[in-house]
Amino acid sequence: MPNTTRQTSDASVTGEFDRPLLLTPGQDLTGYLTATVGKAMLLAVTCASVLAVILIFVFITREAWPFLTSGSVGELLSSSNWFPAHESAAEFGALALLAGSLYVTAGALIIAVPVGLLAAVFLSDIVPFRLRQIIKPVIELLAAIPSVAYGFFAYLVLAPWMQKNLGLPTGVNALNASLILAIMAVPTIISIAEDALTSAGRELREGSYALGATRAETLIKVVIPAAHSGIIAAVILGMMRAIGETMVVWMASGNAAQVPSPWWDLGQSVRTMTATIAGEMGETVRGSQHYHCLFALGFVLLVITFTLNLIGEYFLSRARRARGGGK
Amino acid sequence: MKKHWQKVVQLVMVAGLCMVPCGAGAGEKPAAKEKKAKLQIEGSTTVGPIADAFAEVFGKKYKSVSITVKKTGSGDGAAALIDGRCDIATMSRFMKAKEFKKAVEKGIMPVAHAVAMDGVCVIVHPSNPVKALTCEQIRKIYKGEIKNWKQLGGANKKIVVISRDTSSGTYETFHKLLMKKQKVSKGVEYVNSNPQAHARVKTTTGAIAYVGLGFVDKSVKALKIDGVMPTRKTIATGKYPISRPLFMFTNGYPKLGSTVHAFVTFHLTERGQEVIEAKGFVPVTNY
Repeated sequence: MPNTTRQTSDASVTGEFDRPLLLTPGQDLTGYLTATVGKAMLLAVTCASVLAVILIFVFITREAWPFLTSGSVGELLSSSNWFPAHESAAEFGALALLAGSLYVTAGALIIAVPVGLLAAVFLSDIVPFRLRQIIKPVIELLAAIPSVAYGFFAYLVLAPWMQKNLGLPTGVNALNASLILAIMAVPTIISIAEDALTSAGRELREGSYALGATRAETLIKVVIPAAHSGIIAAVILGMMRAIGETMVVWMASGNAAQVPSPWWDLGQSVRTMTATIAGEMGETVRGSQHYHCLFALGFVLLVITFTLNLIGEYFLSRARRARGGGK
Repeated sequence: MKKHWQKVVQLVMVAGLCMVPCGAGAGEKPAAKEKKAKLQIEGSTTVGPIADAFAEVFGKKYKSVSITVKKTGSGDGAAALIDGRCDIATMSRFMKAKEFKKAVEKGIMPVAHAVAMDGVCVIVHPSNPVKALTCEQIRKIYKGEIKNWKQLGGANKKIVVISRDTSSGTYETFHKLLMKKQKVSKGVEYVNSNPQAHARVKTTTGAIAYVGLGFVDKSVKALKIDGVMPTRKTIATGKYPISRPLFMFTNGYPKLGSTVHAFVTFHLTERGQEVIEAKGFVPVTNY
């Protein structure tokens, strides 16, 4: 058996070298055409994704336009009375929804940023290499769990637990949503921050050690400052993950359209913009003020995430440039 | 290696060629006999389970019809019927004037078929001593005027008020029949399905919520409203204050003998009534 295998592989090797050095004009043309067609197809595919982004922008703006130009737009950002489906006296005050998005995102970041950064530092500088090869894929697996599964966990496990152990009247609240969103944002933060820390370079660390710095000093005073652009980008991308998440907040936050009072009480339920859009779009009458108002909310969200994305890209490119300069 | 690949490719191609005629043959058979009719159903998440169960029975009876049931919301159902994207729109509310107007403008005449009755039950945690409330009291709870169970003769516990999301048919019925279209308090929590409302009440001692009759079981307690207990009888007769009919809308009255006709009148058959009862709703027929 091994004999035959060798024979075939020999044959294929000679086959590779049988090719003539000069191509016939026909082969030349085919080669040229395949290259051109391939390039064109790749260009088309790339353009399609860019086009999709542009179309989303156009579509949302177009659907939001009737609301943005109507008189209610001031109300959207100044009042917190959200009764869009009311027949006679509809109110479109989205302040509570903006606040809700802010609460759960900020809450998630307060938890996820320290945890994510510490884990990233641990992974890049402290943990033995072999262990790291196991831990990193496991963390990245967290990002692959569908958000609805997190949602189930939030309201079937975490909510009753909070009611029993924290004495809160309701378990679906800003704190619950923040916790779950933090778990979801952590893999993003770890993965990007760890990349940034690792690429700060061995020379930098060795230089620091050579000057007599301890590992803690090296990490805090040299490596982290050197990787700060990448770390900021990691935080921003984690933030985008949290602000754009829908299913989890819809299930875990309680969806009460209120600004918590007192303001620090995360035990009260809040409602985010994403959850509002997802929850109310199904039953709105097409073309009604409510319908356009939901698109206006989508527009606000789009502007926020777009801005965040731009800032994130800026810091990522800075991180890349810093890396390039080091080499 | 190269030759290996060639062999694999050849094998795949041969296999593919074999499969093409087989596949086509399997696909064409029913199509050749009779063009496979499609029945598109879209709309309410409340009526959806009924339509699903009907479709299941229909699938066995009429093998040549393929039925798809989409459950997105009554408003989506109406929009789909108006756009001609579905044959039957399932709705847990009657069509709104705006939707009617749009439909007529497009040459579509919506006809309503009431297929079942649905009672919206107000539920609390089983440990809650409160057994009965009036409509007025419930309204005050949802408006945030009554905040503690103590005010209603219960324990000293904050009331956790839970509502269905405003896009659900259940919300609409509750909002119209019980709340009399008054605005609810800002502190009311929203959940997006009957099972979720049930789960929240089951695990929260101070909670109050509302669900369809089919979702009431021993782990939650349904309240008497204005002295009437929600049962099949009180709901079917309308004695229970929060009961409503569930609809299927078609474009014009369906042609007699057509599948659509059979589908929207299926609730009148004995089997249809069994299905409706099994799903926790109340049949409209009374004999």
